[in-house]
Formats: sequence, structure tokens, C-alpha cells
Amino acid sequence: MNKALTIGGMAAAAFVITGWSVGFSQDRPSVPPPEGSPLGELISGYEFRTPETQALQDDDFINPGFLWVENGEELWETADGAAGKSCESCHGDAEDSMNGVGARYPVYSEATGKPINLEQRINLCRTENMQAEPWRWESPELLGMMTFVRYQSRGVPVAVEIDGPMQPFFEAGREFYYQRRGQLDMSCASCHEANYGMSLRADMLSQGHSNGFPTYRLKWQGVGSLHRRFRGCNQQVRADRFGYGSDEYINLELYLAWRGMGLPVETPAVRQ
Amino acid sequence: MAGVRPRVRVPKEAAKGEVVEIKTLISHQMESGQRRDSKGEIIPRQIINTFTCTFNGDEVFSADWHGAISANPYMQFFMTAEESGTFEFTWKDDDGSVYTETAELTVN
Ligand code: HEC
Ligand code: HEC
Repeated sequence: MNKALTIGGMAAAAFVITGWSVGFSQDRPSVPPPEGSPLGELISGYEFRTPETQALQDDDFINPGFLWVENGEELWETADGAAGKSCESCHGDAEDSMNGVGARYPVYSEATGKPINLEQRINLCRTENMQAEPWRWESPELLGMMTFVRYQSRGVPVAVEIDGPMQPFFEAGREFYYQRRGQLDMSCASCHEANYGMSLRADMLSQGHSNGFPTYRLKWQGVGSLHRRFRGCNQQVRADRFGYGSDEYINLELYLAWRGMGLPVETPAVRQ
Repeated sequence: MAGVRPRVRVPKEAAKGEVVEIKTLISHQMESGQRRDSKGEIIPRQIINTFTCTFNGDEVFSADWHGAISANPYMQFFMTAEESGTFEFTWKDDDGSVYTETAELTVN
């Protein structure tokens, strides 16, 4: 029963993807995909994880991601920068003001003429509204605030705007997704579209959605951003990695959010 | 170490003789002393090496931790509730820092 297949010319040497169960997803919760989706149904990465990992996510107390949520909550109330303001000074209670916000990013920015994601939006508030230094990517502060703000949308379905001025960026994201790259000559789709439900080394491949980010990863022993995950997935196939917050990854983030339209935000998710 | 954050969950109330569940979690990178930095140098070990829980001053649970404990260690244990009182939780860091947290339990 152990069907083994290899994908991509050179991949044979490095990766063997094995599948146990045909029709893997039949008994798993899923949501219908957006119009034009290449996926028949959308399944959260949660459903592909072991019961032990799922249990860590299910209980807010033992979910270590909440350490980042609490850190963000503290920062929310702390004044910083020359303007002497905190996030709370302008946005009040995050439970109200940030509810649903994290579910609809990236959004189009008139100021820059391109999409911005939530990390960039938060840092814009720091530089423009607080006259504070922007937080570094993957710093405890930015990860804490990201996790806190996205957590205010937990359970809210992902819903990004892809029309109008967003369209060319969405197309660029799609192109990136299907572009084969790296020494192993594989695209995102090679793993997350053609082979989800199959085992790759010790992992079971999911559809590669972004609804749980920032995510606590057992491997990282901490919370990391979506762009960190992109860099890891690029590196796995020995392809060039792009910079945190690069146009390439922002466009990819937009396209990926659309692939997962309707999946509830799970932040802070726990993954292996 | 700065930025270490303990979390504790115990029931607020219990019946006399009831077994209560105690859960604790603390943010800490638990640097094992086995990893190397980008220059190839060993990153010195820095972990929480002991955890204790007392109730009204009496020890109810303690543990020695070693290098292979994961980051952000989670502990779950049980105690039979006989009287009302205060839990005190203590984590000791290799660098000498001590992190504490308390919680009240009412037995009726
Ligand atoms: C001086 C007031 C001020 C401060 C301080 C401030 N913001 Fe903002 N923030 C705004 C304004 C005004 C907007 C709306 C801007 C717009 O729509 O162009 C905004 C927008 C946002 C948005 C996007 C909301 C949406 O609906 O898309 C987020 C997220 C956000 N802020 C987070 C933060 C965080 C986190 C902090 C603290 C680190 C912060 N802000 C501090 C004024 C502020
Ligand atoms: C060689 C196979 C492979 C390729 C190619 C690949 N990934 Fe992954 N990806 C994985 C594995 C393995 C995981 C961890 C298990 C899982 O969720 O699939 C993962 C996880 C993810 C996750 C996290 C899912 C979650 O639920 O937390 C995202 C997002 C993701 N990948 C996006 C991408 C994107 C975007 C690309 C293309 C740039 C890509 N991946 C290319 C193997 C791959």
C-alpha cells in the first residue's frame, strides 16, 4: 500500500515523497475554495499535524505561542518614540480595533503604490505615528506584536482583496508560486498542491496555507513569521532565499492568502 | 535573564480532598550548551536548572532540569487540596536569576 513517488527530475536523489492513504482529506474539516482555485477544498495545516501537536494548539494555556501574544499585549500599552504614544493611545482596546484586521492583509497602500503586509503596517505606525524606530524582522518585539494583532482575528476567515490595483501583484505572486526553482527544480505547487497528504521525510505535506502565522514551530523552539517559513521552503529545494519583506515575498504572501481564502485565522498556530 | 515570563494555572477553589491540577509554563530559550553560533563557537549553556512549587511553605513538587529540556518548558502535576493557601512557584536560572509566581487556592 505504500505508494512511493518522486517528483522533479533531480528531486529523486534528495526527496522521496510517500503516500499512505488515498483520499487523505475525505474525513478532515475543510472549507470550499475561492472561485478559480486550483484546490478542490481548503484544509488547514492543523489537520495534517499529529494529535500531540494539535493538543498544544488547542489549549491556550499550554500553547507556547501565547507567550508572544502576552509580550505583544504589553508592548501595545507601552509608549515609545518621540511622540510619546503607545498603540493604545490611538487604537484603544485591540480586541475591538484590531478584530478582523489581520485576516485581510496584505492590503494596497496608496502611498507606496503596492501591497503592504501586517509587519510593514505596524512598522509604519511606529515610524510615522510614534516617531519610533521600526522593529527588526523576527525581533521579539515585531513577532510579539504581530502575534498579538493577528490573534485578535482568530476564527475570522481570511479575506484578501485581489482586484483593481492589487491584480498585478497577485499575478506576480502566482507566478512565483508556480516557478520551479533551485537545484531540485521544484515549485511551491510541487509539494503543496500536487502532493499534500503525502509524507516527506518525517513531515506530512500540507497545502501550505498561511492562516496560522506567526506560528510557533517546535523546530524553531519559538514563533516565526511567514517570510521565515518562505525562506525555509526556498532553502529546502536549494533555491535562493529572498529578503524579509521583499516585494517577491509580499506578492507571494498575497497570492497565498488568496489560496487560503475562507480558512479561519489560527494565530498562534503550533506546527512541528 | 530579561524578558522571561512565567504562566501558572491552578483552580481558584476546590473541595477538601479534591485532586487539583496545576499547570505552569515559562518563556525561556533553554540554551543547551551544545549549539554553535555562526562563527563556530559554542554558545554557552543557559537553562533553568530547578523548578519548585510550594504550598503554604511546604514543597509539593520539584524538578531538576538538564540540557535536553525544550525551550519554554511546560509542567503539569497534581496535588490533593486539604486547606486554603498560597502556591509559590520558583524557577532558577543558570545565571543566578530567580523567577517567581504565586497563586491562591480556597478550599471549602
Ligand atoms: C498616533 C496614532 C497612532 C499610533 C500611536 C499607532 N497607530 Fe496604528 N494607525 C493609526 C492610523 C491613523 C491608522 C490608519 C491609517 C490608514 O488607514 O491609512 C493606523 C492603522 C493601523 C493598522 C491597520 C489597520 C487596518 O484596518 O488596516 C494597524 C494594524 C495598526 N495601525 C497597528 C498599530 C500598532 C501595532 C501600533 C503600535 C506599535 C500603532 N498602530 C500605533 C494611528 C496610530
Ligand atoms: C520540497 C517540498 C516543499 C516545497 C517545494 C515547498 N515547501 Fe512549504 N513546506 C514543506 C514542508 C515539508 C512543510 C511542513 C509540513 C507542511 O505543512 O507541509 C512546509 C510548510 C509550509 C508552510 C506552513 C504551513 C502551515 O500550516 O504552517 C507554508 C506557508 C509553506 N510551506 C509555503 C511554501 C511556499 C510558498 C513554497 C514555495 C516558495 C513552498 N512552501 C515550497 C515543503 C515544501
